[in-house]
Amino acid sequence: MARADTSVPPGHPLDPAGRTVLTAGDVARALRRIAHEILERNKGADDLVLLGIPSRGVELASRLAGLIREVEGADVPSGSLDATMHRDDLRSQPTRALMHTEIPTGGIDDKVVVLVDDVLYSGRTIRAALDALSDLGRPRAVRLAVLVDRGHRELPIRADHVGKNLPTAQSEKVQVRLSGFDGGSDVVRIAGGEDR
Amino acid sequence: MNRHLLSSSDLTRDDVRMLLATAAEMHEVQRRDVKKLPTLRGRTVINLFFEDSTRTRSSFEIAGKWMSADTINITGKGSSASKGESLRDTVRTIDAMAVDALVIRHMASGAAHQVSQWVDASVVNAGDGTHEHPTQALLDAYTMEQRIGSLDGARVAIVGDLTHSRVFRSNAITLRTLGAQVTLVAPPTLMPSGIGEWARADGLELTDDIDSVLASGPDAVMMLRVQRERMSGGFFPTAREYTIGFGLTRDRLWALTEANPNAVICHPGPMNRGLEISADAADAAQSLVLDQVSAGVAIRMAVLYHLLAGEGAAA
Repeated sequence: MARADTSVPPGHPLDPAGRTVLTAGDVARALRRIAHEILERNKGADDLVLLGIPSRGVELASRLAGLIREVEGADVPSGSLDATMHRDDLRSQPTRALMHTEIPTGGIDDKVVVLVDDVLYSGRTIRAALDALSDLGRPRAVRLAVLVDRGHRELPIRADHVGKNLPTAQSEKVQVRLSGFDGGSDVVRIAGGEDR
Repeated sequence: MNRHLLSSSDLTRDDVRMLLATAAEMHEVQRRDVKKLPTLRGRTVINLFFEDSTRTRSSFEIAGKWMSADTINITGKGSSASKGESLRDTVRTIDAMAVDALVIRHMASGAAHQVSQWVDASVVNAGDGTHEHPTQALLDAYTMEQRIGSLDGARVAIVGDLTHSRVFRSNAITLRTLGAQVTLVAPPTLMPSGIGEWARADGLELTDDIDSVLASGPDAVMMLRVQRERMSGGFFPTAREYTIGFGLTRDRLWALTEANPNAVICHPGPMNRGLEISADAADAAQSLVLDQVSAGVAIRMAVLYHLLAGEGAAA
């Protein structure tokens, strides 16, 4: 039973703000590994384009580009791809505001596009993003990098690079906070759901 | 946002900001090779135009098509209206075909509002008589902000035939919503009756002296078309006299440029070159006339998106 106890330290399983599953250090290590994986898989940085899904995916994509520069000394273009107009659930909720799409100069034709998002869940956002991509050009390959894979896929979609596989209940909420976007320090928390 | 877009006064500042931000993204789509979004697939948009129009009708049509809506144009000429069918019967007939949006232009002020009481579809006012034209005001605001930055605190002069202008009314409302200072310039015969009260309530300045307004270096000058087709009496003696008193002539273009080199010039079109605007001004580097047309599609995509895409949109 959860106690109404105000002395619970932040990140503790009983903290109502959610228990911490990835600390700033965990996030940094996961991203560093993903950057290495992307380079290894692509055999270098040639033709890579990183496209973040707004909002936090954009921040992650630009961090990955920075890490790749550190590792490989190569500048990999990073941009953003908003797939709101391609979503299949537009009619089931109030109209969403559009986020910014910015395709790096050079485009995506014949490039290896790595889509970057914070949390992979139903897979519907990625499906929409794949459709949005096909309107913009024809990449040679599309890969997917996510910070957290929380399961519960509703479509045949999987990530190529995963920071952390996180088994969750659907009633739970995964909350990602990134210093460059939300302020504070990086943290991933799980909140809600039944007591575990 | 409401289910309909009938008047610029339906839109809060947040609504306008959201529509302009959406339009900026839509404008990007216009630069792509594939200008097609699946967003409104399965929705039907009817353009019902009882007045002539090139840019408004075609831009609503393109906007709907680029978002995959089925878009159908009906004009007053050639519809059952020319056989004497009433407006109510015409729109209820169309509504009975389960359309999602009705974009209407009509010569009677208040027509869009009236139609919205009769139908289930979302109604967009694409110009009703001398009353309002809200999407024009949005695209004008968008175009000006693209060039001069935020309109909050900017000084905008609207010059010309105010009495017959729905563009001016919607523009004045939207510009005030965004925080701009608005000065209205017209000969006394072309000032709408009752405007003094509105001007006092909404903080609009009124004057008949274009030269002192231009000399004050406004950020934007919007010239209105002299609507001779709506004029039955003598609002001004001759076209020549109107040009001398209120046209944006070459001399006035120079005066404006001198007072504010960054000032921009708008005109909702179609232009009467040589009457309210000289060719020098219409084709000047400061002229946004073609940018306005290009923004028209993006704004109308944004409006259709916010009216039709989400939950609770007319089905």
